[in-house]
Amino acid sequence: MSIDMSQFYQVFFDEAAEHLGQIENLLVSIDLRHPDEEELNAVFRAAHSIKGSAATFGFSDMADITHVMESLLDEVRKGTRALSADMVDACLAARDILTAQLAGHRGEGGADPAHTSAIVTRLEQLLKAGNSPAPVVEPSPAAATPAPPVAAPPALSSALTAGVFDVRFVPEPHVASQPELLDNMLDELGRLGGVEIVSRPAVDSDDPQWCLKITSMMPADMLRDVLDFMAEPGSVDISPVGGEPPAGEETAYGFFDPLPDVLPQAAAGGEEAARVECVAVEDEVYGFFTEPSPAVESRPVEAEVSPESVAVAEAVVPAKGGGDTSIRVGVEKVDQMINLVGELVITQAMLVASAQGIDPVLYERLLAGIDQLQRNTRDLQETVMSVRMLPISMVFSRFPRVVRDLSRKLDKRVELKLLGEHTELDKGLVERLADPLTHLVRNSLDHGIETPEKRRAAGKPETGIITVSASHQSGNIVIEVGDDGAGLDRARILAKAREKGLSAPDSLSDADVWMLIFEAGFSTADVVTEVSGRGVGMDVVRRNISAMGGRVDVQSILSVGTRFTVRLPLTLAILDGMSVRVGGETYILPLGHVAESLQPTADMIHSISGVPRLIRLRGRYVPVIELHREFGVADGCADWTRGIMVVIDVDGSQAALFVDELLGQHQVVIKSLEANFRRIKGFSGATILGDGRVAMILDLPALASRARRLQSVAA
Amino acid sequence: MSKNILAIDDSASIRQMVNFTLKSAGYHVVDAVDGRDGLERAKSQQFDLVLTDQNMPRMDGLALIRALREMPAYQRTPILMLTTESSDEMKLQGRAAGATGWMVKPFDPLKLIEVVRKVIG
Amino acid sequence: MQYVATTHRDSAEDDGLAQEFLTFILGDEEYAIDILKVQEIRGYDPVTSIANAPAFIKGVINLRGTIVPIVDLRIKFGVGKIEYTAFTVVIILNIGPRVVGVVVDSVSDVLTLLPRDIHPASDISVGIGAGFLKGLGTAGDRMLILLDIDCMMRSPEMALIDTDDVA
Repeated sequence: MSIDMSQFYQVFFDEAAEHLGQIENLLVSIDLRHPDEEELNAVFRAAHSIKGSAATFGFSDMADITHVMESLLDEVRKGTRALSADMVDACLAARDILTAQLAGHRGEGGADPAHTSAIVTRLEQLLKAGNSPAPVVEPSPAAATPAPPVAAPPALSSALTAGVFDVRFVPEPHVASQPELLDNMLDELGRLGGVEIVSRPAVDSDDPQWCLKITSMMPADMLRDVLDFMAEPGSVDISPVGGEPPAGEETAYGFFDPLPDVLPQAAAGGEEAARVECVAVEDEVYGFFTEPSPAVESRPVEAEVSPESVAVAEAVVPAKGGGDTSIRVGVEKVDQMINLVGELVITQAMLVASAQGIDPVLYERLLAGIDQLQRNTRDLQETVMSVRMLPISMVFSRFPRVVRDLSRKLDKRVELKLLGEHTELDKGLVERLADPLTHLVRNSLDHGIETPEKRRAAGKPETGIITVSASHQSGNIVIEVGDDGAGLDRARILAKAREKGLSAPDSLSDADVWMLIFEAGFSTADVVTEVSGRGVGMDVVRRNISAMGGRVDVQSILSVGTRFTVRLPLTLAILDGMSVRVGGETYILPLGHVAESLQPTADMIHSISGVPRLIRLRGRYVPVIELHREFGVADGCADWTRGIMVVIDVDGSQAALFVDELLGQHQVVIKSLEANFRRIKGFSGATILGDGRVAMILDLPALASRARRLQSVAA
Repeated sequence: MSKNILAIDDSASIRQMVNFTLKSAGYHVVDAVDGRDGLERAKSQQFDLVLTDQNMPRMDGLALIRALREMPAYQRTPILMLTTESSDEMKLQGRAAGATGWMVKPFDPLKLIEVVRKVIG
Repeated sequence: MQYVATTHRDSAEDDGLAQEFLTFILGDEEYAIDILKVQEIRGYDPVTSIANAPAFIKGVINLRGTIVPIVDLRIKFGVGKIEYTAFTVVIILNIGPRVVGVVVDSVSDVLTLLPRDIHPASDISVGIGAGFLKGLGTAGDRMLILLDIDCMMRSPEMALIDTDDVA
């Protein structure tokens, strides 16, 4: 039989990633002068755990680094070495290498070997550096064995070689007559390794010789030293057992106690061993206990497990698990569940639709059943969706590190406050939020928070504050990234915008001026810093958030601070939609972007070169997109006064979509078009209607920007 | 009749590997995530063998072994420590706590089966 | 001699192994595709059309909860009469992990062809890229056009899969 280890890799990857996250969080927040003992233990344990699993699954690169990290952390947690900022830096760097190595094993990138060896060297130097002043207490004789070299973790298991010795001796007469002295001696030997009594003199025997089997890492001389105290001079005979001591590999395990199963000749010795520890009782066969109790039944020898106990194991244990019971489930399974519930919702909607016309008196029970089904379906859907929900702390947890590293680099002093970390949102959103939010935090630190000197000059505390908070607000997730920095500079933004060729009249409201920073290529920093590099700007942040069906706003007061507010739907899988009809087609508009709908009157229609292009709405001209024209629907209504205008608002730009009629509002389950097909311009996805037909979901941000282009062409 | 084994490790991957390995070898295996969890499970049913990691949150392996040895039902049950810490000191501590033996991590799954067979057949 | 390479793309043919094909009718022609690619055969349901898509992409349907694109091969190949009747058939294919439906006039047969039944198709030219042609098959007195349906459905000209340059 062989065991395929690769089947456990995924679990290892997940757990290693968790541990790496934990290491980072703990190290970033650790108090250098008074580190919390529990926190140190937790960091150590995380490194230790990665090491153990990585080595087991053959990821020796990760095992090597964690081994050195662990050695260092072990000394810190034991108090033989003081924690230093250098050490934290090195461990954080090592943690980054580990993350890269982990990604490599997952088949996504990998660690730079040069970086890796540099980090290992750095850790080893740290380990060596403090070695001398810290007097390590080594009470056991183990100190005699040279410690395994730190840099060579693979040597770990072979560094220890346990030998098995056949030991014969005759106790001195005064010892032989005093059982406690013999017990002391056996204890003493026990401290050196595993002691097994092969034979001992019977009570009335002539032969006074004892025969022991000792498994120990100690040299034979050390055993002899112990025995010489008690034994008749010259009676001690210690010889290695034939075929052993075993090779290094064999010391991968060992037994302290005799194993009655395997070594039946040790039965009598087992009795003695029992006497040493607990009560001496004679038993015919094995001699461990007198009273047959359930415990006896289950001892290793002749263990009898009742069938019930096995059943109990399955039934009771899960319930007994205590507070933190959870299971790991593949995302595909959860998604499949969500899909199935989606199907159920659709079927349920179909039932409701087909029951619409029936006689409520005649079919009272059927209708009551459909009602009940509707409630249950909704509850089930909510519950299932909640499985996909993750706390936003998954994203927030990276900010302490970002802020720490960046503030060091920029010589700024910043305190990071995280609020509402337990706010949950869809897993898909969490993953896609990480980059834009990180960019907002970096932006606040880079452009918002001033240098300590500037802050002091402005009468502010030297340490700036960045607040990141998350909360639920009426079916949305609201995330705010705020700082108490310099605030946005209206004049500078306007100047910059004009420099970039954007239309930026002085009459713009503050809110409109602030929105300019989301335009492509805009950066208000005087110098392009390393931070704002990578070609990622605020425009990308806005685009990413729009793509998730959300929007970002900014508020700012000069020298008081700036706050970015990100609003997102709770989940990516379900959407509040408005269904509209265009000719024979039905389309879904995400409700989040729908501002209003109206039937235009002739005087609202504004033509350009004789072609109706805009509608006038409370003094503003809004560009119109006729959906029948946009999507080539032949039988769509063409007369604006006979259809409906749905006004949408995406990131502050408005457009009116011309449709034949509104059909209703409902939650729709979003289906991927890309799974079997591809992305299609103008649509963000599809859904299945109550009658089983597919309806396309409109990509409103894309339509809004198209309307903007049309308007500028027209103008 | 399959023997019942309690396997305790805070690492899910090791737990899954041990569980899978021993189940493949025909044993019943119950997992626990740390010493305290292991102790709870040991109280709720009798095991023929306990395999425990040393370094775990809440309650480490040595503390667990000591606690188990105080329970009448577990005074004689073999307990193996599966640990990356293979120092002599650790082994002596293990023995003093009442462990039956130790096995060094990392280990080959087949080796684990071999050792377990030696202990409980 | 490009057709030689085309014909020998599938190593199963070199091994002298028999292969099973599903044959279907488009207009007056009979085509054959690897039966292992076929998931199911169903009638034609109304589709939801896709704006600004090529004419041969009829639209998408709901196949047990997933969105599946429907391609009309008659339009693509320019053969047969384009009508959708109670007898119009959709063959649901598995193209790698993807599911795609193709509209044909009717499904005719499942038959086994040996490598010797398959001949290189060098000099015929239908509205099919030569790369998608596996060759010509003979079954009795019938001539079959063997399509590499997998390769064809993945090709950019079918516009079924996102290409990297799509913005």
